[in-house]
Amino acid sequence: MKFTLSWLKEHLETDADVRTLTNALTMVGLELEDLHDPRDLLGAFTIAKVIEAKQHPNADRLKVCLVDTGLGDPVQVVCGAPNARTGMTGVFAPVGTHIPGTGLHLESGVIRGVESNGMLCSERELMLSDDHEGIIDLADEAPLGAIYAEWAGLDDPVIDIAITPNRGDALGVHGVARDLAAVGLGTLKDRTPASIKGEFPCPVAVHLQFDDDTKQNCPAFALRMVRGVKNGPSPEWLQKRLIEIGLRPINALVDITNFVTYDRNRPLHVFDAAMVTGDLVVRMAKDGEEVLALDGKTYRLDPSMTVIADDRSVESLAGIMGGEESGCTADTTDVLIESALWDPINIARTGRTLGINSDARYRFERGVDPAFTVPGVELATELVMSFCGGTPSDIVVAGAVPDGEVVIDFDPAEVKRLAGLEVSWVEVKRVLTLLGFWVAGNEAPYKIAVPSWRPDIHGSADLVEEIVRIIGVDRVEPAPMPRLAAVTQSALTVGQVRDRMAKRALATRGMVEAVTWSFIPAAAAEAFGGGSPELKLANPISADMSDMRPSLLPGLLEAARHNADRGYFDLALFEVGQIFADDTPEGQRRAATGLRRGAAKLDGAGRHWSGTAGPVDVFDAKTDASALIAALGGPADRLQATADAPAWFHPGRSGVLRLGPTVLAHFGELHPSTLADLDIEGQFAAFEVFLDAIPIAKQKASLSMPALRASDLMPLTRDYAFVVDSDVEAGRLIRAAAGAEKALIDDVTLFDVYEGEHVGAGKKSLAIAVTLQPREKTLTDEEIDAVSGKIVKAVEKATGAVLRG
Amino acid sequence: MSDLEQLEADLNQRIADAADETALEAVRVAALGKKGAVSERLKTLGAMTPEERQVMGPAINGLKSRIADAIAARKTTLANASLNARLVNERVDITLPVRPASLQEGRIHPVSQVIDEITAIFADMGFSIAEGPDIETDYYNFTALNFPPDHPAREMHDTFFMPEKEDGSRMVLRTHTSPVQIRTMEAHAEAGDDIRVIIPGRTYRYDSDQTHTPMFHQVEGLVVDKTSHLGHLKWVLAEFCKAFFELDDIKMRFRPSHFPFTEPSLEVDIGCDRSGDKVKLGEGDDWMEILGCGVVHPNVLRFGGYDPDVYQGFAWGMGIDRIAMLKYGMPDLRAFFDGDIRWLTHYGFPPLDVPSLVGGLSR
Repeated sequence: MKFTLSWLKEHLETDADVRTLTNALTMVGLELEDLHDPRDLLGAFTIAKVIEAKQHPNADRLKVCLVDTGLGDPVQVVCGAPNARTGMTGVFAPVGTHIPGTGLHLESGVIRGVESNGMLCSERELMLSDDHEGIIDLADEAPLGAIYAEWAGLDDPVIDIAITPNRGDALGVHGVARDLAAVGLGTLKDRTPASIKGEFPCPVAVHLQFDDDTKQNCPAFALRMVRGVKNGPSPEWLQKRLIEIGLRPINALVDITNFVTYDRNRPLHVFDAAMVTGDLVVRMAKDGEEVLALDGKTYRLDPSMTVIADDRSVESLAGIMGGEESGCTADTTDVLIESALWDPINIARTGRTLGINSDARYRFERGVDPAFTVPGVELATELVMSFCGGTPSDIVVAGAVPDGEVVIDFDPAEVKRLAGLEVSWVEVKRVLTLLGFWVAGNEAPYKIAVPSWRPDIHGSADLVEEIVRIIGVDRVEPAPMPRLAAVTQSALTVGQVRDRMAKRALATRGMVEAVTWSFIPAAAAEAFGGGSPELKLANPISADMSDMRPSLLPGLLEAARHNADRGYFDLALFEVGQIFADDTPEGQRRAATGLRRGAAKLDGAGRHWSGTAGPVDVFDAKTDASALIAALGGPADRLQATADAPAWFHPGRSGVLRLGPTVLAHFGELHPSTLADLDIEGQFAAFEVFLDAIPIAKQKASLSMPALRASDLMPLTRDYAFVVDSDVEAGRLIRAAAGAEKALIDDVTLFDVYEGEHVGAGKKSLAIAVTLQPREKTLTDEEIDAVSGKIVKAVEKATGAVLRG
Repeated sequence: MSDLEQLEADLNQRIADAADETALEAVRVAALGKKGAVSERLKTLGAMTPEERQVMGPAINGLKSRIADAIAARKTTLANASLNARLVNERVDITLPVRPASLQEGRIHPVSQVIDEITAIFADMGFSIAEGPDIETDYYNFTALNFPPDHPAREMHDTFFMPEKEDGSRMVLRTHTSPVQIRTMEAHAEAGDDIRVIIPGRTYRYDSDQTHTPMFHQVEGLVVDKTSHLGHLKWVLAEFCKAFFELDDIKMRFRPSHFPFTEPSLEVDIGCDRSGDKVKLGEGDDWMEILGCGVVHPNVLRFGGYDPDVYQGFAWGMGIDRIAMLKYGMPDLRAFFDGDIRWLTHYGFPPLDVPSLVGGLSR
């Protein structure tokens, strides 16, 4: 919302300077976005007279001017302007001035051997226009030495404030002035438009054609004709004002509607009566109807949209934009002035559907003052008659301005309860009265009537807000919150603790945490088990961000590619974040996912004198996943590894860590086809751990841990090598050995895998070390042999293995 | 020189000459072995007269003991020499570079680190953490937060929509973390519990330019009880800002604003100096907006199942990425989500730098 200081002062009697006013606006909730004060830029430019302009001795196109600045001795200036001449009055910039049009800092200098101590300026140099043909040529009576901008009326600061959606009333200068008056920065002027008597009946009737479902779309419609106007450019002051706030002057009639829109938050429309056939009908559009709007575009309408039509066609999009055909031009002689009330929701929907953002839509969406419907016509009439002459008709009003006065029972103690602000009733009453509320009653609860221009005020809390913002948030004293417990309590759920621990655990493994987009390209989603229709955004910001991610891997792969493109090939990335199986809260799970690319192994990447890391493989991924599950308190010792990872993994070099049917993690190398489909190169070892699948340890009755069972007896280790078929899984063999004599066997380690000529084709040798821990007494050779026998037998039974001789 | 003295001198010479443990052992056998020179002399004691024995016994035994000591001493010397020789031999170039430890290489993303910092501060003030889904219903994201249907305030949220369902409804990507306010209230309304939660999480808006990304992080705060008001809100945020930005004094400005779900609504600016390349907090005369807040709107309490005539409270929300940038000086929000290893390594945090109030939020 833009306006100028002088415009504001037409509504506010004030001595405050512009900075005080704009600071106050910010502090009442009308935040200053921008203050453009021409005096900041143009304060140094003064009016000066050229005493003498003579030819430069060394340059044909330059003149040497002696300038009387009115401020002491004449100054010599070298000037290149063709219109520089003896006796002219112009605009002078002394040495040291910043020239806004060129961005240069003016210094004294010698130009072709002649000293120059200042500048005579063109309009472009002052950023007043693009004119650079010559220097500014002022009338002789311009006062010598005066600040040019002030004399020329170019010094009106332009104020731009941000308006929150609840404050439609502040979309008019009058409403802004009211807030400033309420904080004590002046007095609100009474600018109620005078009632102008009609001199003939309005020849055009208005019919509201709605049914019960749609009649709320236009509760009231006021219309007046002014006959015999002479339309043309509006007065200079109005044109200047519109230009200053960024609008384009068109003609007096149109400029008046724009002026009233900004002055009073009252959008109007003017029709050229000659272009209206018959009466005006306000109704819902018919399907397929079209209108050529004032922006030059033709819009196709549907029955959800409200229009103003005549006997011939649709003439205007109600509350949004007028039609081109009945718009006012220089030829208009009879004008119809419309001031109507429109339904904010209907306007918002129509505007959104048609994609039209207009000042009118913006205001009707936020709510205009219904009580100003007819006064809006009166104000416009006054301006029309003043600028264009003419004779006014009576005002016809179809429908009725609703009398929906809101009265709130208000206990001022609410200010203390909700805002913690001690404030007297007298002060509350003063603030509310200045804001236009009617206050009645002798004791709480008081009756507070809400002014018609504040449709956002519904209850006590709204009044508290009004009082706080006007009296000042600064008066609210900070109040310490009571401590709930002497010692800080745990704030996190198990899931939150896991999230945090997962990140730290993976980072200690040399991995770097990335945060990647929650939405990924459809092809990537499909490649990783996603892509279902319910997880596709209806309005993605780009094709690369179309599907909610089913896995964190695509994002990490994309990051890896991004890094490889910059020459960083060996890297270990992880992310802990949400993945989506469907659009329900339960379908959103937490995953901790990582990938290692190239040679980014745990012990270090790439070439090194101590040994060069090979490419990452499935076992790097398995280690990461297992370590993470263990770090999060998962049952690492009970995990089973099965070779049934999803399709995006290498079928022979990947697996699943599970507890029976519950999948805790996927790990492995990625499928070459998946990578090829996504156009990603490199060797990857990846894992995805599903954090919420890790079982939560049962709450124990006591925090006390079980006693340590440490035997004084030496553990002993026996090695066994078995020959098995190549496809026998080592895990089975280890489990069989470990289960052979649970009371004694503490640990089974597989320390060698051999395939080759010594065991024959289709076979492999697996060597294990079994640690026995005697509990009661040292084991005899016979006892050890007995355990060995059990181990061999169990392994043979489970795997068909043969003990190597 | 007596015979014994001669022997001792010879043996000592041979001990001194023994160049290694093998040679020394040969000397020991030759002197103290069963047939060694000293042992042979001891055997002669038996044939001597008691008077001779009285003289020669101590003399030979003394010799035996001195030779044994001399061998032991020589043995220690030889062992030391051989150890020293081995140690010299084992010398390596300790300037050879070792591989960086995984602990050195790993990094925590600034967003995670800052969430941990925020959590540490608010946990101390009695807040716990609440969370909710990213894909939300229109009801939780808007309606229950007092956004009227078709109100311009909804449009200001630049919403991402999910596909329309058969019943005409459609889910949205939450535009703020505020839906979790309602979910939290619903969970506690029946018991009428007091609520103090913070709600960190991902949020989404259809917006992408220099300073906006379509995905970002917010942290929301919600207090509901029978006494908490705007004054408490100001205190909580002031204490938070001091603790988070690790400044003893920080200028704050509370400006009235508008959010559908709070009333009064405020925006909060912190004092800063923007004159240089980087924003400096705690000095200067400029303001930077960091968060929005306010007293919970009665309608929101009602939607959450709390009676606004009995209960009251306040809420706030701020951008995690933005306050991370302010605190740690990252220049560009978009780089947060690029996964560029150089950026992550530079702006990320070592894994064991766990923020706490005891050990310090940052170091």
